[in-house]
Amino acid sequence: MRVLVGIEGSDESDVVLRNAIARAEEAGDSLTFAIFAKPEGGQDLDTIEAIVSAAIEESSIDAIITRIDDRDPASELVAIAEREGFEQLVVGGGRDTPLGKRYLGRITEFVLLNAEVTVRLER
Amino acid sequence: MNNAREYPSTDAGPFPAPPATIEDRAGRTVELELATTETLDGLVEMYDAFDPAQRAQGIPPSDPERIKPWVATILDGGVHVIARHDQSVSGHAMLVPDGGGAFELAIFVLQSYQGAGIGRQLLEHLLGAGEAASVERIWLTVERWNTPAMELYRSVGFETVRADRFDLEMAMSIQ
Repeated sequence: MRVLVGIEGSDESDVVLRNAIARAEEAGDSLTFAIFAKPEGGQDLDTIEAIVSAAIEESSIDAIITRIDDRDPASELVAIAEREGFEQLVVGGGRDTPLGKRYLGRITEFVLLNAEVTVRLER
Repeated sequence: MNNAREYPSTDAGPFPAPPATIEDRAGRTVELELATTETLDGLVEMYDAFDPAQRAQGIPPSDPERIKPWVATILDGGVHVIARHDQSVSGHAMLVPDGGGAFELAIFVLQSYQGAGIGRQLLEHLLGAGEAASVERIWLTVERWNTPAMELYRSVGFETVRADRFDLEMAMSIQ
């Protein structure tokens, strides 16, 4: 299956990255990582690309990395998935508040509401 | 969460502080008191008995193995008020520090004690305990469909500060 994986360089993204690779190793998915910096700041694109490349290197799979350099990465992520005919779009499945309540990030909410392709939330 | 959260400019309160003894609408005598480390087991027991259908955004954890570590973690800091009836814990209200100088609030009332006014009493006494502990800024998230909870929060001084997401964020100022 052709899977597009959104990675924004957060703790939540680490889980997405690890799980997407583990599943691809088992299921033979063809992965494309779409990387983008969080609009509110955080790791820059070079740092995120280095992390993703290293994870791919350590795995048994091949994967493509593509950069989203857009002020509205969520919308571009959905656009790539649809334009390029991906079968599944994978994003993070939420973070926890200080007292442990789960909440969905902005990107995930946008993807869930707007994507026409199947969405998978990784936890 | 959002660090640029806006808080109401007007302080709410004052609120009653625990300990207090109240009678709920079902005629039960309920003690409201500050939680201590000795409350851990009683709280775990309450959360073990909690109806999974009433979980809010993943808490309490559905996996019984994860309940005790979760309770121990949140009890480690902040302000906690419990409702006790017949030696067992029937409700828990908490203010957990968010690392940014503000506190996240949540309340849980065991199903068999709901609808008897305990939630409101717990909330008011938690805010009183918060005042005593010099808490100034409080926020919470609530699922959009949970109108009764939102009404309760609004009635003590919470205002909606973010409504453009799946869950809604409310904040209040005290002191």
